[in-house]
Amino acid sequence: MRSERKWLLGTVAGVALAASATPAGAAGIDKQSFGQVERGHYLAIVGDCAACHTLPGSSHEFAGGRPIETPFGMLLAPNITPDPQTGIGAWTDDEFINALTKGTGRHGTRLYPAMPYTYYTKLSRDDALAIRAYLSTVPAVHNPVKSNQLPFPFNMRWTLAGWDEFYFTPGTFHPDPKQSAQWNRGAYLVEGPGHCGMCHTPKNFMGADETSKRLEGYALQGWFAPNITDDARRGIGGWSADDIVAYLKTGHNRTGAATGPMSETLNLSTSKMSDADLQAIAIYLKGGAGQQTAAADPPPAADPPSQSAMKVGGQIYADECSACHGPDGKGEPGLFPALDGSPSVEQTDPTTAMHVVLRGALSVGTKPAPTAPAMPQFGWLLDDSQVAAVVTYIRNAWGNSAPSVTASDVKKTRQMLVERSD
Amino acid sequence: MARKLPHKDVVIIGLGWTGSILANELTDAGLDVVAIERGPWRDTATDFLMSYAQDELRYRIQHELFLRPSQMSVTFRNNAKETALPVRTWGAFMLGNGAGGAGVHWNAETWRFLPTDFTLRTHLTQRYGANMLPQDMTIQDWGVTYDQLEPHYDDFEYLCGTSGQAGNLKGAVQAGGNPFEGSRSRPYPTPPMKQGYGHTLFAQAAKELGYKPFPQPSGNLSQSYTNPLGVMLGQCTYCGFCEWFGCANYSKATPQTTVLPVLLRKSNFEARTECEVMRINLDNTGKRATGVTYVDTSGEEFEQPADLVLLCAFSLFNVQLLLLSGIGKPYDPNTGQGQIGRNFTHQTMSSAIGFFDKDKYNFNPFVAAGAIGTCIDEFNGDNFDHGQAGFVGGGYIGEVQTNGRPIESTPVPPGTPAWGSKWKQALRDNYLSTIVGGQCHGSMYSYRDVYLDLDPTYKDRFGRPLMRITIDFHDNELKMAAYLTDKYAEILQKMGAKQIVKKPRKGPYDVTQYQTSHLNGGAIMGTNPGNSALNMYLQSWDVPNLFVQGASAFPQNAGYNPTGTVGALAFWSAQAIRSQYLKNPGPLVHA
Repeated sequence: MRSERKWLLGTVAGVALAASATPAGAAGIDKQSFGQVERGHYLAIVGDCAACHTLPGSSHEFAGGRPIETPFGMLLAPNITPDPQTGIGAWTDDEFINALTKGTGRHGTRLYPAMPYTYYTKLSRDDALAIRAYLSTVPAVHNPVKSNQLPFPFNMRWTLAGWDEFYFTPGTFHPDPKQSAQWNRGAYLVEGPGHCGMCHTPKNFMGADETSKRLEGYALQGWFAPNITDDARRGIGGWSADDIVAYLKTGHNRTGAATGPMSETLNLSTSKMSDADLQAIAIYLKGGAGQQTAAADPPPAADPPSQSAMKVGGQIYADECSACHGPDGKGEPGLFPALDGSPSVEQTDPTTAMHVVLRGALSVGTKPAPTAPAMPQFGWLLDDSQVAAVVTYIRNAWGNSAPSVTASDVKKTRQMLVERSD
Repeated sequence: MARKLPHKDVVIIGLGWTGSILANELTDAGLDVVAIERGPWRDTATDFLMSYAQDELRYRIQHELFLRPSQMSVTFRNNAKETALPVRTWGAFMLGNGAGGAGVHWNAETWRFLPTDFTLRTHLTQRYGANMLPQDMTIQDWGVTYDQLEPHYDDFEYLCGTSGQAGNLKGAVQAGGNPFEGSRSRPYPTPPMKQGYGHTLFAQAAKELGYKPFPQPSGNLSQSYTNPLGVMLGQCTYCGFCEWFGCANYSKATPQTTVLPVLLRKSNFEARTECEVMRINLDNTGKRATGVTYVDTSGEEFEQPADLVLLCAFSLFNVQLLLLSGIGKPYDPNTGQGQIGRNFTHQTMSSAIGFFDKDKYNFNPFVAAGAIGTCIDEFNGDNFDHGQAGFVGGGYIGEVQTNGRPIESTPVPPGTPAWGSKWKQALRDNYLSTIVGGQCHGSMYSYRDVYLDLDPTYKDRFGRPLMRITIDFHDNELKMAAYLTDKYAEILQKMGAKQIVKKPRKGPYDVTQYQTSHLNGGAIMGTNPGNSALNMYLQSWDVPNLFVQGASAFPQNAGYNPTGTVGALAFWSAQAIRSQYLKNPGPLVHA
């Protein structure tokens, strides 16, 4: 997942570097080992390495150069092909493992946590070596990338040592013996290589995961990566495990469709994962991934939508939306997302709902679900208060309940979208 | 000087129904395919928005989706004695443009032709004797039979999700369906559309008169559907903006809603839109196509070499490109020699309007769809004895309520002023209680003096001669039109109409009066090079690595909308290319 990260560079000192030049382990990589290379390939899919390290549309896989958006400026994803000069061909296995799982670059430099080493640290050494084995088989591409494009002072990598000190807990995954093997596999995938929380977990004021609110949703890249806990209203508590599997496999299920940045994750990663792993992810997300229970959030009584917003919004909905989403907001399974009971619609943060109404959205097309139906844009037709009304309406019609949206919220979102091409 | 591009296995001219189907089939076969499309890229959420898809002024009146006459037009005359003049505003037919082609703006009436339609001359001659046919009528057998096409009608219907009621399942006539249809191998993929009040009343009256009414087969879907390619269509909302319009909610079968999503995911497919093909290039033997030359919006010329050329443009433009490329021998109406341009046909449309008591009847005409209707087929093709009728051919008769659009659907009784308060009052009194969808969808058979050729005077923007249409109605068709209209009027009478206005088609053919966009022939299929431009697989007799798709292959037109047959022929031709031609490129039928 290409990620926007926030981190703060305040609390820095000459903190000792993590060891980076330890002797190689007993087992190294074997480029000719079919099993190891295959496993590494699969883990690279689960870890979605290509999302950042392959420029979209480029035939040079993993050659880097894709801009990674951060609030402090741009980073360019480095070249991780085996090219010895510009890629990682000259790295030792341990240097690779340290980068992947500890955020320590070659010669002890710090990686920016846009690289999800805070998640990849859960990888076992064998899994990390398998990824290394796979990456050493892809074509070497000579492509020098100057990753660090950040302005001063954020360009000073040494400051990151302090961030790590506070917010990074290294260590491989430890299964919970009280849970099933399937649950543990799901936990490993979600919290480790799948790094779902990179987008879906709220960040604290220093840009690190708020671990007490794991997977409860986070605004990034002009969207709100929704709450994917088992919460019945804001999360995906209304989805069965099969719904989750269908969504991750095809991009669509009986109520929803993937769009925005999740489309890319679908295409590059989850649609290529095994059914068993998707099942495991679903079991984990349904049972214990988040902190909340499956009980529905009570409606926010303190902030009922205004009658006029509901009236105007309802009229706009009837004219512009109901032909596809239905007068009852139930949509058409696989084609038009249901709005009634939709977690995307009812997120506390309405960014995604506003985004979709203003700019439209193309759902993802996958081999099993190639239709890729799209939502037209309405930003040209509806003014800020009309968008606010219709979004407030869909967030509070039928059985839905979520905070109202104001015209100034819409104005800000509209402004933000003007500056975004994606 | 054209810039020569890297070679492709297949170049397709035009990305409408047939281009999309063929591209999908041939990319499945592993070929590298490029489609060159004259118009723009178009898709549902970007171009057919719910917010304005139902803008009658923009699309119906101002023709937004269609080819602009300034980009390409045709010239028209009724007969060879006249001087043809260019058409500057589309009238009698509409010419599609852009990705999806006419498949975007059709009504989605998805019919199969009758088995006897494919062996028409043989059948009529056997039944009535050779003297029954007018001397200058040039109808002929297709060279392909209904039984050969049946699996491919099925392919097209299942691609589209067609909503209908089978009338003949594996030879067994089915109650509620069309008892005259050819045997079908399985039912329609989705049930018929819900029928409105007018349709129900029509069905009742037709039954009382001894007919067997059935719901019209429709590509506006009665329920959501996933086709064999995995592409989903939604349920029709009966908004009544189909023909002339793009469908805003994925419920009309179009290339966009059935094939293109899959095609676009393929790495061996490429579409180049807003690129106009100038000609098909031939090698120095003139027997082999080497590719096409096209021009982009900057006026730059490109040569696209390919092993196989598929001509998938609209019928008129298929014929024009053949003539401009020097493929085949141009038809000469004086000698009857030459195949390119021969047997051009349109449709013979008639109607009857029934005015009902406004206090008793409310037909809710705004609840409509392009292909919602109840029809009877007793008077189509040779379903009835023509011995005493004095004509051949026929058509389906139906209450097909395509729309209640406010500019177009303004039924007022004869004698009402054309404007002003009396007109408004009459419209108020009749809008809800009038059956305007009385459709007699008559066949048009082919004649020696109805044809296409290159206009000697008028040129397009590149200096190429325009297609010249020479067409008029013949007595046979006008008699048929009067006959069908009378039959329709009888049904309206039975339905309880207080006033009936018959509108049988009258000559001369009027290029300003809309009559469907079903233009056919000009590059017809047949059994040998002496009677056709194409063999039974739509392969050019003259240039075997060229296949010409679409209704230009129809030797004459039947009493149905043509798209079902166009789709079936595309699948039929694709199968022949995949199973025979690719293994052994060359003529599939030896003359």
